[in-house]
Amino acid sequence: MYDGGKIIIGLIIFLAIVTFPFYSNIGKANVKPAPDLNTPAIQELEEKKCIEPTGYMRANHMKLLKQWMDDLQEFDKDTYKASDCKVYDSSYDTCMECHVSQKNFCDRCHTYAAVKPYCWECHELD
Amino acid sequence: MEMFVSFCIVVLLAVIAFAGVELVNLQFLFGVIIPYAAFAVFVIGFINRVIQWGRSPVPFHIPTTCGQQKSLPWIKDSKLDNPSGTLGVIGRMALEVFFFRSLFRNLKTGLQNGELKYTGTKWLWLGGLIFHYSFFIVLLRHLRFFTNPVPSFVSYLDMVDGYFKSGAPHLLVTGWVLLGAVIYLFLRRAFIPGVRYISLTADYFPLFLIMGVALSGIIMRYYIKVDIVSVKELTMGLVTFSPVVPEGIGSIFFIHLFLICVLFAYFPFSKLMHMGGVFLSPTRNLPNNSRMRRHINPWNYDVKVHTYEEYEEEFRDKMKSVGLPVEKE
Repeated sequence: MYDGGKIIIGLIIFLAIVTFPFYSNIGKANVKPAPDLNTPAIQELEEKKCIEPTGYMRANHMKLLKQWMDDLQEFDKDTYKASDCKVYDSSYDTCMECHVSQKNFCDRCHTYAAVKPYCWECHELD
Repeated sequence: MEMFVSFCIVVLLAVIAFAGVELVNLQFLFGVIIPYAAFAVFVIGFINRVIQWGRSPVPFHIPTTCGQQKSLPWIKDSKLDNPSGTLGVIGRMALEVFFFRSLFRNLKTGLQNGELKYTGTKWLWLGGLIFHYSFFIVLLRHLRFFTNPVPSFVSYLDMVDGYFKSGAPHLLVTGWVLLGAVIYLFLRRAFIPGVRYISLTADYFPLFLIMGVALSGIIMRYYIKVDIVSVKELTMGLVTFSPVVPEGIGSIFFIHLFLICVLFAYFPFSKLMHMGGVFLSPTRNLPNNSRMRRHINPWNYDVKVHTYEEYEEEFRDKMKSVGLPVEKE
């Protein structure tokens, strides 16, 4: 190989970069975060479900919350009719009645997925 | 035609992933096996390609010379555009790799008021630069799916990228800029007749593929949401070699992932190899020292020569006998 030394150094750098996710995780287990659902309000529920189905909430809760915020700020609308026709106060407090703690509920997944929502720039912590 | 074929292939790829997950439930194939295979093809193919290049001799000393060569001490030489040593070459390569300098110097030949003029054209350079940098940032941002805890620079990048704090999930500018830039590069190819004339399937395909990757990513982030925690569980499973496919990840994720896998697997066999190739371009990485050092073609045959001294040695007697002059008696 011509200029073999330089080319091999280049290839080693290339390998070090592309395999970074693999070697930086050596010895680490893949632990899924577990948001705390063991709160008094949830315990009391007969049917343990959020205002919308779990799958929908997991993927779309941020859009729902943003929608609530816009509804309130732009249209003075402060209720939300869920897909099962129940009506809820569209408020941060509605969430926190059941989920209680930002630290033990919201942050667990947010930290895992490195998401930093700006809810708490206005709303109170815990 | 080339354009249409490439477009159809990319659409077909997306349909394959969608059908594979929705109809046949091949989540494990699309979520684990294909990503591993694509990564292996990418790494091995890349290294193999570079080694192949490394084994090819460079017959001529062919640096591009865009400035005054180093010669007499009182003539000012252009150290970056016509480097004479290693340091200059490193500088020139850095400018090339980080700022696409040779593209920046691109000129357009045309007539202005009946006169031949060479004018700079920076649009391709600008589009290309924006495209590459936004793609790079998008790629780095995705490290959040492959590290736990996530390094602070990734979070920082996310913060800077999400500067506008618009919407939830917050708007990340580079994703849209990437899509815009790749669309610009495509339109340029499609609408400038000269460029279109020389464009092949291999030119359109990567553009459409990257467009597909960016578009599916944007759709997944802002519109058809997926459960990001399950997605990270899958990606972390891949990098810790304990693959899992959590239930209930939307098909849009598998479309996104499959298009990326195709991009990675296609990489070593395509023009995308300019990522490695830029470092190996003789016109960029050779110093212009051809007047200081002799560059010998590596495949030069070791020619057997018969010098005059040897000739005379061999035929001296015969030469003398017919009266030819000789140098040594």
